[in-house]
Amino acid sequence: MSDRILEVKNLKKYFPVKTNLFGKGTEFVRAVDGIDFHIDHGEILGLVGESGSGKSTTGRTVIRLLDPTKGEIIFEGRNITNLKKKELRKVYERMQLVFQDPFASLNPRKKVGSAIEEVLFIHGMKDRAQRRERVRELFDMVGLRGEEEKYPHEFSGGQRQRVVIARALAVDPRLIICDEPVSALDVSIQAQIINLLTSLKDRLGLSYLFISHDLRVVRYMSDRVAVMYLGKIVEIAPADEIFKNPAHPYSKALLSVASIKGSGKGRKKIILKGEVPSPVNPPSGCRFRTRCEYATVYCGEAEPQLKCIGTGHYVGCHLY
Amino acid sequence: MGEEILKVKDLSVNFYIEDRVIPAVDGVSFSLQKGETLGLVGESGCGKSVTALSIIGLLQTPPARIVKGEIIFRGENLLDKSYEEMRRIRGKDISMIFQEPMTSLNPVFTIGRQISEVIMQHQNVSKKEALDRTIEMLKLVRIPLPENVVRQYPHQLSGGMRQRVMIAIALACRPGLLIADEPTTALDVTVEAQILELINELKDKLNSSIIIISHDLAVVSEIADKVAVMYSGRIVEYADVHTIFNKPKHPYTRGLLEAVPDIDMNRQQRLKEIRGVVPRPDEIREGCRFKTRCDCAGEVCMDKEPPFYQVGKNLGRCWNYA
Repeated sequence: MSDRILEVKNLKKYFPVKTNLFGKGTEFVRAVDGIDFHIDHGEILGLVGESGSGKSTTGRTVIRLLDPTKGEIIFEGRNITNLKKKELRKVYERMQLVFQDPFASLNPRKKVGSAIEEVLFIHGMKDRAQRRERVRELFDMVGLRGEEEKYPHEFSGGQRQRVVIARALAVDPRLIICDEPVSALDVSIQAQIINLLTSLKDRLGLSYLFISHDLRVVRYMSDRVAVMYLGKIVEIAPADEIFKNPAHPYSKALLSVASIKGSGKGRKKIILKGEVPSPVNPPSGCRFRTRCEYATVYCGEAEPQLKCIGTGHYVGCHLY
Repeated sequence: MGEEILKVKDLSVNFYIEDRVIPAVDGVSFSLQKGETLGLVGESGCGKSVTALSIIGLLQTPPARIVKGEIIFRGENLLDKSYEEMRRIRGKDISMIFQEPMTSLNPVFTIGRQISEVIMQHQNVSKKEALDRTIEMLKLVRIPLPENVVRQYPHQLSGGMRQRVMIAIALACRPGLLIADEPTTALDVTVEAQILELINELKDKLNSSIIIISHDLAVVSEIADKVAVMYSGRIVEYADVHTIFNKPKHPYTRGLLEAVPDIDMNRQQRLKEIRGVVPRPDEIREGCRFKTRCDCAGEVCMDKEPPFYQVGKNLGRCWNYA
């Protein structure tokens, strides 16, 4: 147990879409519907899936920006599922979040240096000189030496993402939840941020929950990868393994269309039929059965559980 | 093949904003054969969309103005055409698919009306005939139950379906040239694969020429025959798709390809990055546009801009091949 920094058990997050007279939900979007996973110390877990699969909701629920509907979140051996706001502040010294959009996550009226100083102040660093010193150190770390006195609009997208990363690191966290950290950036800038994140991980011994729809980036970054589909984890395995031998029909299709450099035309691809069904009324039994070419009658009746089919390789499919 | 359908010669577009002049596209030339697909690749702000909008005559003027160049489509210079003449060409001979299928359709009209409008605008057909053609088009882009979909509104369709409708509208009059501006960027990967397959298939069926614009080299590799890589308003490398991927010559193209992790790479191998940031279009006036980020920039790169050099099968704007 002690080597796990985060453990999530049967996590569910429902959003009400219709409410009755008393404001109680009667119909729900089941964004995350019962998932289990863990992250070890110093590990990067990649979370992939298409839009609406619940990967961002998972990230936000884990860090308690959203309150889970059900389930348990155990962070560094402590159950944080029901902590109050005040108690959560202590948790946030150990766990931080980096969002996708570096344009929306910085206050345009604040110099980036003082935005980070504010974080330090809130977390109890009352001495001004000390804060200044720490900010300088952080900017050094993310490759923005001496740029503390600028406003966000003076930075490009990639530089802003560096500021956001510096802010996340301010409190010296152990786990960072990266929600599509490079998706909004140009290709040539993406590589810079990816390299920054990997070198920071090695230097500071961080763990990441790395959420992305870009399979190439996830493959590159992650030690293990979890594939989500309609609120469920359908497969979870070490990165090498899942990319070499994907087991779930959805993972197979998803990985086959992941554009591989230069391979272009003529590569064998599995083109899925149809589109992701609505998470309000997900299909009964296996959620993927409506698009699955191997689906049988049985798939509509029982929901598959995650089964172990190799070292650390779990798949939720009746074929196994 | 063999017949040239479009020739862009020395196209330059400036944006006049307040008292600044921003050269968004600067001396871009390329040509396109009948049935051929050209990929236009580059990062945000490199001028790829502005090039496309110039061809189809949808550039906002002001602030933008085409200051130089010719766009020859089927032997006629489109820049000499009047507004009315362009209206007749647009949608009929040249049409465009935009990135955002969510915002490109009119939310208050049915799908059927939006497609048949295009057909009736350009062809002398009755309403009934136009509707039949509409259903035929929807079948062509593989929308299930087209008879029902014609009565539906855009919000009732998913993103992938809407993009199919956009393709149906664009192809309704069997245009000679189709411009697809980031057609799959807003879509999920599995849906992206569906749409790319569809475009590929229709290309063969209708024998249209296509210009596909994307920031993702991988997407372009799926359908393009030739690729032009743009950087800061200029084409920096031009070659067929195979050569671009296997033997890229320009340092920028090489950088772009190396900056994306390959599917069998892991963290132990550090990603090659292109240092620095994309310059603003008006930032670099002298020398090679890529000089600030290039690893092999020499003295000559600082003050003289390289012309195109033929290197093997590639055309590259780089002094290293002088």
